[in-house]
Amino acid sequence: MEIYVWAFVVGGLICVIGQILLDVARLTPAHVMTILVVSGAVLGGFGLYDPLIDFAGAGATVPITSFGNSLLRGALAEADRSGLVGILTGIFEVTSAGISAAIVFGFMAALLFKSKG
Amino acid sequence: MSNQKKKTLTPVQQEYQSFAQSREPKRSVVHNCFTAFVVGGTICLLGQFIQNFFIWQFGFTKETAGNPTVAVLIFLAALLTGLGVYDHFAQWAGAGTAVPVTGFANTIASAAIEHRTEGFVLGVGGNMFKLAGPVIVFGVFSAFVVALIKTILTSLGG
Amino acid sequence: MLQGHQSWVFSNRPHIISTGTVVGPFEANGPLALDFDLLHEDMWLEQDSFEKAERRILEQACQKSLSKAGLRKEDIQFFLSGDLVNQITPSSFAARTLSAPYIGLFGACSTSMEALALGSLIIDSGFGHTVLCAAVSHNATVEKQFRYPTEYGGQKPPTAQWTVTGAGAALLSSQGTGIHTTSATIGRIIDMGISDPFNMGSAMAPAAVDTITAHFRDLGVSFQDYDLVITGDLGRVGHTIARDLLIKHGFSVPDDRFSDCGILIFSENQPAFSGGSGCGCSAVVTYGHIINRMKKGELNRVLVVATGALLSPLSYQQKDTIPCIAHAVSLEINHQE
Repeated sequence: MEIYVWAFVVGGLICVIGQILLDVARLTPAHVMTILVVSGAVLGGFGLYDPLIDFAGAGATVPITSFGNSLLRGALAEADRSGLVGILTGIFEVTSAGISAAIVFGFMAALLFKSKG
Repeated sequence: MSNQKKKTLTPVQQEYQSFAQSREPKRSVVHNCFTAFVVGGTICLLGQFIQNFFIWQFGFTKETAGNPTVAVLIFLAALLTGLGVYDHFAQWAGAGTAVPVTGFANTIASAAIEHRTEGFVLGVGGNMFKLAGPVIVFGVFSAFVVALIKTILTSLGG
Repeated sequence: MLQGHQSWVFSNRPHIISTGTVVGPFEANGPLALDFDLLHEDMWLEQDSFEKAERRILEQACQKSLSKAGLRKEDIQFFLSGDLVNQITPSSFAARTLSAPYIGLFGACSTSMEALALGSLIIDSGFGHTVLCAAVSHNATVEKQFRYPTEYGGQKPPTAQWTVTGAGAALLSSQGTGIHTTSATIGRIIDMGISDPFNMGSAMAPAAVDTITAHFRDLGVSFQDYDLVITGDLGRVGHTIARDLLIKHGFSVPDDRFSDCGILIFSENQPAFSGGSGCGCSAVVTYGHIINRMKKGELNRVLVVATGALLSPLSYQQKDTIPCIAHAVSLEINHQE
């Protein structure tokens, strides 16, 4: 039960950080998303992101920050198994669902829909 | 950083910019943060429900349920983008829709839909990652650097 | 004839014998809808792409102005047109349809008056007697090229503007009665270091002020000599800045004589942020609304100051600022003719 509350709060707070970067720092959306994704990877490197996922569930896995963390996790897991080269071979291991889904559904949207203006 | 920019401006330009800025409507930061909080939180809450649904109904574990959850959210965002409603909602919600993975899906779907007029290969295929590209490039590169540093440090320490 | 430093006076009175204005759905829901000749329900116009739709509305505006004057495309000696799309292809393709000697122009949103000024110069100097001057913009083509895909969920700030989907064409002739152009002032580039493409009103206001100042100085006139001085697309933000800047420079600016096409074309209820923009904005409002008001006798002397932001998607990425320009043309109606 508690996880629902924290999912809402943590997810909301990460979005607020994004909003502040947009409105106060006047960065473009692409810059904001990039900063968040890199932050996810860096926090993951310090071992701070996985505990956040345990605590807030989807509040940590749904924002784009988790993408950076997942890329890192894939790289580290494969590096554990195969050494340094594993960093390159393992990066997309965990995130392939997200990227594949985005490409597939994006392409299907282009097949089915026209811009509405 | 903005002061560095100001140093390259002439005094006339600097004076004009403060003249203009005092006459511009201010962004309602507090209001935007509030709507971003509520919408972002709701999308994550929805993600939590979907995640639990996958755990209970389909036997995914806590670790593996994240993947189909993200896929479902991406599907919904792509669908709403195609139906032409996502952008109107997002104008109001700001970072609330841009920061969750729905924002990522919207950048890909909207670019793909828009460039269909240039054909599927060059248009859709060539432009799909116009806005999402930076996220992927910097995500991968930062993960690479962090993983490299971490692996080297652990092998030095261990 | 040259007057002052950068202005022309047209003593041979090039007459605007007819105009054609075509707009899209958003503008059709606006307060000036009745002043436009053709209103479209959707942005595609049954074409394959937004760019082709933009070409189509320009062709329709040109055709409308020809038919209202009882002329055919063969009667056009010179066709002057421009738009915002890369390499101004909508104008070039429309020129192909019209098959008239063509001069393509790029002045961003100042193109309408740039075309009218040059067209008047051609007529006044006797280098032509029938010239068609046009400008067009389409919301989706501009968003796609300069900003983001149409369905992208980016949040625009309150200083942003909404590009008008519209085409305006004016047929100039050495013969005719009624409305004619009396003078024009060619603007110069003014860059105040603004680099935010979502805040073009602030970037363009100084250019408008510079051209208005030059016009008043060259011709020895002031706000009192015009019933209306209207800028192209400064929007609410840019217009306020321009007005305050003019006051700061010592002009007295009567509120009822200084307006902006971008503010007039959309109502406050429409989600157009700080107002309309685009080449089509000043073109349709001037050739539709202003011309109608002059014909009804509500306005006798009008100065139209079209403003343009000459940035490109690349210049923004390369951290360049936005250079702006404004061109002014004065219109007068003679009811006794």
